Amino acid sequence: MYDMKALYEAESVQDAVRLRLEHPDAQILAGGSDVLVQIREGRRAGAEFISIYMLDELRGVSIDEEENIRIGSLTSFSHITKDPIIQKYINVLGEAVDMVGGPQIRAIGTIGGNTCNGVTSADSASTLMAWDAVIELTGSEGTRRVPIKDFYIKAKVVDIRPDEIQTAILIPKESYENCFGHYIKYSMRNALDIATTGCSVNAVLSDDKKRFERVRIGYGVASPIPIRAYSAEEFIKGKEINEENIKEFALTVLQDVNPRDSWRAGKALRQHISVVMAERALKECVKLAGGEADE
Amino acid sequence: MSNKYIGQSVTRLDARDKAMGRIKYTDDMCDKGALVIRVLHSTVANGIVKKIDTEEAEKIPGVVRVFTCFDLEEKHYYPTAGHPWSTDPAHQDIADRLIMTDRPLFYGDDIGAVVAEDEVAAAQAIRVLEKSVEYEELPFVLDAQEAMKEGAPQLHEKYPNNVLAHTEIHMGSVEEAIKEPGLTKVEGWYETQPVQHCHIENFICYAYGEGDRTVVVTSTQIPHIVRRVIGQALGMDWGKFRVIKPYVGGGFGNKQDVLYEPLCAWISIQLGGRLVKLDVPREDTFISNRIRHAIRYHITSWMRPDGSFAARTIKAWCNNGAYSSHGHAIAAKGLNAFPQLYPCDNIDGETWTVYTNRSVAGAMRGYGMPQASYAFECHAEDCARAMKMDPLEFRRKNLMPVGYYHAFSKNELYSDTFNQCFDKGAEIIGYYDKVKKYKNQTGDIRRGIAVSTFWYNTAVYPIALETSSCRIVMNQDGSVQFQLGETEIGQGADTAAAQMIAEELSIPVSMVHPVSCQDTDITPFGTGVYASRGTYTLGFSVRQTAMLLKEKILEAAHQFTRMPVYNLDLIDGKIVRTTDGRELMSIGDLALSKLYTTDGSQHLTAESTYQIKSNAYSFGCCFAEVEVDIPMCRVRLLNIVNVHDCGQVINPLLASGQVHGGQSMGIGYALSEKLMWDEKTGRPLNNNLLDYKLSSFMDHPRLNAAFVENYEPTSAYGTKGLGEPPACPVAPAIRNAIGAATGLYINELPLSPHTLFREFSDAGLINDPWRKEEQGKEGR
Repeated sequence: MYDMKALYEAESVQDAVRLRLEHPDAQILAGGSDVLVQIREGRRAGAEFISIYMLDELRGVSIDEEENIRIGSLTSFSHITKDPIIQKYINVLGEAVDMVGGPQIRAIGTIGGNTCNGVTSADSASTLMAWDAVIELTGSEGTRRVPIKDFYIKAKVVDIRPDEIQTAILIPKESYENCFGHYIKYSMRNALDIATTGCSVNAVLSDDKKRFERVRIGYGVASPIPIRAYSAEEFIKGKEINEENIKEFALTVLQDVNPRDSWRAGKALRQHISVVMAERALKECVKLAGGEADE
Repeated sequence: MSNKYIGQSVTRLDARDKAMGRIKYTDDMCDKGALVIRVLHSTVANGIVKKIDTEEAEKIPGVVRVFTCFDLEEKHYYPTAGHPWSTDPAHQDIADRLIMTDRPLFYGDDIGAVVAEDEVAAAQAIRVLEKSVEYEELPFVLDAQEAMKEGAPQLHEKYPNNVLAHTEIHMGSVEEAIKEPGLTKVEGWYETQPVQHCHIENFICYAYGEGDRTVVVTSTQIPHIVRRVIGQALGMDWGKFRVIKPYVGGGFGNKQDVLYEPLCAWISIQLGGRLVKLDVPREDTFISNRIRHAIRYHITSWMRPDGSFAARTIKAWCNNGAYSSHGHAIAAKGLNAFPQLYPCDNIDGETWTVYTNRSVAGAMRGYGMPQASYAFECHAEDCARAMKMDPLEFRRKNLMPVGYYHAFSKNELYSDTFNQCFDKGAEIIGYYDKVKKYKNQTGDIRRGIAVSTFWYNTAVYPIALETSSCRIVMNQDGSVQFQLGETEIGQGADTAAAQMIAEELSIPVSMVHPVSCQDTDITPFGTGVYASRGTYTLGFSVRQTAMLLKEKILEAAHQFTRMPVYNLDLIDGKIVRTTDGRELMSIGDLALSKLYTTDGSQHLTAESTYQIKSNAYSFGCCFAEVEVDIPMCRVRLLNIVNVHDCGQVINPLLASGQVHGGQSMGIGYALSEKLMWDEKTGRPLNNNLLDYKLSSFMDHPRLNAAFVENYEPTSAYGTKGLGEPPACPVAPAIRNAIGAATGLYINELPLSPHTLFREFSDAGLINDPWRKEEQGKEGR
């Protein structure tokens, strides 16, 4: 039994937009793997909800006419992991969301919910940040697109307007072309856990595989919202692939990473792990891209 | 004794029903019209409830009644431990609880209860009520040694300095012994953490009136004890309550305490016998059920150059939380094991059980021995290293020798159990090769292998009553039903008992049916299951009762076969004439004839009680192989093998399952689990399964169980305890393996990334340049 004041079932995206306008206090319910837990905890108890879960048009992965990878917001984690387009172009995202919860959660949880929650520990978030994903929102005046770095405003707050729902997540072609990524989730157990910290790195190497043409690195739980470590990216750009540069890159993340100190984990541990993950994930990217990282 | 059914991996009798979802647990049995109870918990760690304003909560639609601590007209303090009652007041458990209290002693103490039509209304009322309680807050104390200091907040008037009990042991003279020249001294502090049982089925019970009595259906290990305690808690005759125990989804000792049955029964009575259900939310199980004691040890050993012990001392502080529950029994068990596991002529030991303002600690799989094993086996490893001896050889040299006799318990080590278990485990895991292979490693990722052992016994003789009763009833076709006080709680007790009865009556297990749900109106008296006693204790009454029944069967056979009883036997479901082996009639024909004969019709049935006056050592060991990722501060358990000598294994498959479960709990205990409280408020921090890091399937390697079967001579079927022992040696084996890999032997649990990060940093295994800079800045 869940403490809901009302539940409105949207029949289409337009219907969801209408319900949003009609019930301004109602909260959006997708897979429910976060929201239902929060109702039970009392945090969202007694609220009104608009369920968009039946909107099959928001499910699936495709390549659109602009050659973006288009991931419907209601696509489940387990779907993403198994999707051939994801596996071919951005396999790291499939790997990252395969680390969410357990099999049941991954079957019901959606990537849209994972981002709209606005939490820094979301397993998809650091990868989407690191791949410059674009969020598509649909409202009464049509759709708009927001770069993911602007979508996250502060902890638990994202840029969704009162009449909008998130309808897709796009990965632009210039982001995924020739790019190889690796995600490391650092958590206290290997399943059914949220990240103590997490790091997603991707790299494009030069044609001769000797240099880093472009490296992007995103973090979860390194700050109240998912972040990029731009200083480290800037440092490594164009640099030769060698141990020394990779180590320096890893140390440079501390200019941007600012984790909190809590009973769940100390700041020093999180900082330390941030550096280790940066080094290991970048080395893995080099390997995936066909380069050689180890001395 | 040649066995046909004992020693076979008979499929557990409830397996199919469980797999098909047909088994009825407590909640499945409760009528859906039940009113729902939610307990109102204190939100201060120590204080006095001045007032609870119930008005607003009572207005919530669906709320039926709000009870508070001020509604208790009579105060009956009661004990909660699932110990057999003692008619000697000196041996009775401490009665220090009320079903609701205006004097909360920990954050989460029970100060009231809401009765509502559904869970939503109940939860809404609790949220409102939590804000409507006025407290006078008092200072609190969370640490056992802090609680013993002068000036610390006092929890119970009768126990100055919060010491529930303090006991000592002395052998020989440590003072004299340490004068011996050439001794090596090893000293260590060992710290264990509080953890929770986390059985899948949360505690749940429901109650309703029937006639002038109250029926309580509850998820418990100890139905007959529950009935007694409800009577004590409500100040009523014990016979006024009937307790029914359905199938149970795990207990691990938490359900060896009486939890909310008295409150539930009281509320039903207040409401004129209405059906009320109290289903504890998972979050509350961490706070207001029971937890495992955190125990802090200080151990010192003086060793001779040959690696033998000259003298040893131990001190242990046991954090009991706010109420007595099992009292001093848990601390005492560890202290008494100390001189037995590694005997030494000169020993001083003492232990304190201390009240603190934390959740109440009680029985949890191992009853003090997971903690003690950690301390003992960390220390043994440290001693071996100090003497530059192989840790396994050090143990072989110093452990309890064959023939060791313990005067108080009358336990004897009849076989060379330790060496046999070590040999078997070492071979399975490849111990000696790996020790060599993993020597002198460098680099970020290193491996290690190590061993640990433990002390355990079976049952509670001679400390408390050991009694077991059994009833067997034969049907017209020769099949039987049986009833026992030993409860099935997932461990397979019913199946083991059925195998014994099948063996004794020589009928197939498929003809032996447990009446699995205990009912104090119907089931013969029994104290339930705990202390790894079930298979051992029930064996006595099962065998005795089956023999009685067999006697009656053969007497009846005499009537129909005309043969003397002494020439008859029951073999493979047939009445056999032993003189020539001829099968005279089937057991089915006999049962049918005996029931329907017009000349001496009789219902073939037997019932008896056996009082057990023995106990048995149950020993074994654990080998663990780990890989430590130093920069990541993480341990991966690669391999684990437990070897147990639990005597004759009744059912190898079930026994292995029991070992796997213990290993699983040991893995979490070693690497990730720890309950935490906020130092400033005394509030529990991680009372949910996300923040409490119960280990998951993905954190386990393949779990290996092996057995050494030395027939236990005191036992009805050669068997002895296996319920708790598997959980005991795991954490120290993992700790010692991490030490072997890294050279760092860490004396606290859990060995989580938090602990490893601190230890690796302090030891210079990880070196973060920026932290040095930051610390440098702070220094200036």
